[in-house]
Amino acid sequence: MNVQDKVIAILADQALLDVSDVTLDDTLDSLGIDSMGLVETIFAIEEAFDITVPFNANAPAESGFDVTSVRAIIAAVQDLVKEKV
Amino acid sequence: MRRVVITGAGTINPLGHDVPATLAAMQAGTCAIGPLDIRDVDRLQIQIGAQVRGYDEADHFSRQDLTLYDRFTQFALLSAAQAMGQAGLDLSGDAGERAGVILGTSGGGLNTQDDNYRAVYAEGKNRVHPFIVPRLMANAAASHVSIRHNLRGPVLTISTACASSNHAMGQALGMIRGGMADVMLTGGTEAMLCFGGIKAWEGLRVMSRDGCRPFSADRNGMVQGEGGAVFVFEEREHALARGANILCEVAGFAMSSDAADIVTPSAEGAARAMRGALADGGIALSDVGYINAHGTGTAVNDRTETQAIHDVFGAHADALQVSSTKAMHGHLIGGTGAVELLSCIMALRDGVIAPTIGLSAPDPACDLDYVANTARQARVDVAMSNAFAFGGLNAVLALRRA
Repeated sequence: MNVQDKVIAILADQALLDVSDVTLDDTLDSLGIDSMGLVETIFAIEEAFDITVPFNANAPAESGFDVTSVRAIIAAVQDLVKEKV
Repeated sequence: MRRVVITGAGTINPLGHDVPATLAAMQAGTCAIGPLDIRDVDRLQIQIGAQVRGYDEADHFSRQDLTLYDRFTQFALLSAAQAMGQAGLDLSGDAGERAGVILGTSGGGLNTQDDNYRAVYAEGKNRVHPFIVPRLMANAAASHVSIRHNLRGPVLTISTACASSNHAMGQALGMIRGGMADVMLTGGTEAMLCFGGIKAWEGLRVMSRDGCRPFSADRNGMVQGEGGAVFVFEEREHALARGANILCEVAGFAMSSDAADIVTPSAEGAARAMRGALADGGIALSDVGYINAHGTGTAVNDRTETQAIHDVFGAHADALQVSSTKAMHGHLIGGTGAVELLSCIMALRDGVIAPTIGLSAPDPACDLDYVANTARQARVDVAMSNAFAFGGLNAVLALRRA
């Protein structure tokens, strides 16, 4: 499974949706993932990729981890995975 | 109805090892938050906190005592001794049967748990000290205070996360009013600054890596602290009869539950607790001059609390002075309401309002007078202290000038 598929699987699991229902243009809002769901999602991403995601729930915009769309989240995870190696 | 006054106060917290030092630090706007000096700090992402510094447990307790006193118990015992000293109460013999202890704590003996889990899980030890259970139990602090001062009436511990102290003090008030006791030692204590205690909070992603700046546009979360405070709550006639020095009256208390979200606070629940405390004390809105805010420095708390204060006070909200002292001493979790009550007593007795430090520019959604950065002189007749806990549990105390 590549990064994209893995991230989508994590988001789908959190949103209680089928992976086929999650598109790159979806947002956390459209998926129905609230702030606590996001924190759990980030934890799942960290565990899945063995990375540390710089995310502060108080200032999401300043965290340096773009969560504005599924596409943005995948790109951010890809960057962090690249930095790791 | 029986009325309740405070006749003694004691504390040890990041700002000071007694009440005068703490109030002086609050007045000066001292920040006690700094780099954490604890085991395995290099494995933490959050490496700051407000620790009790310059403190050596061996200066205060014997080696034998320390086998039973977790850090949170030590804080309670030191605070209680100061409070009893100030109150000048003699509770020896039968008098102790009409006196009790109710303390708040969230983590109890967390350092003891952390140390011993490390020993058995990480270090593979198969044997632990015989007193781990009495050392870590959440009621250890209240029980040791009771033992030390011969308080043989109602003694118990309340654990409601960040509202523990306020709930504890509210119950102490109720017990004296209801006639179950004449004197209650009450407040709270917390010692959560250990690897596991911080690691768990880290997971929530609400902690700041660089400081606690409540209500400020540039805030980015909460910072943990440690310490405790204990007060002598005494039935008013009992105190007057012995000519006690009365610090203030505990005029009102109320609690409410949001019954909604396990972590996100509700303005409605917070407002209901504030209104309840005012009604309980027969206090007019316009009599309130100062509120020690819960003010954690998280976006969601600060905005919700501001909204709740507007909802309760209406036009009078703009005349209120509201500060969060957590920017100075950090969030003492289960002990926080007790240490914060000291700022209310300072406002009533000394006419000094503790500032909210680190407030560079207010969040536009936070538009009250937060007493930014510098303490202020003001005459205050009624001061309130807010605590809003995870679990949606709200507890508010109202103090009146004696």
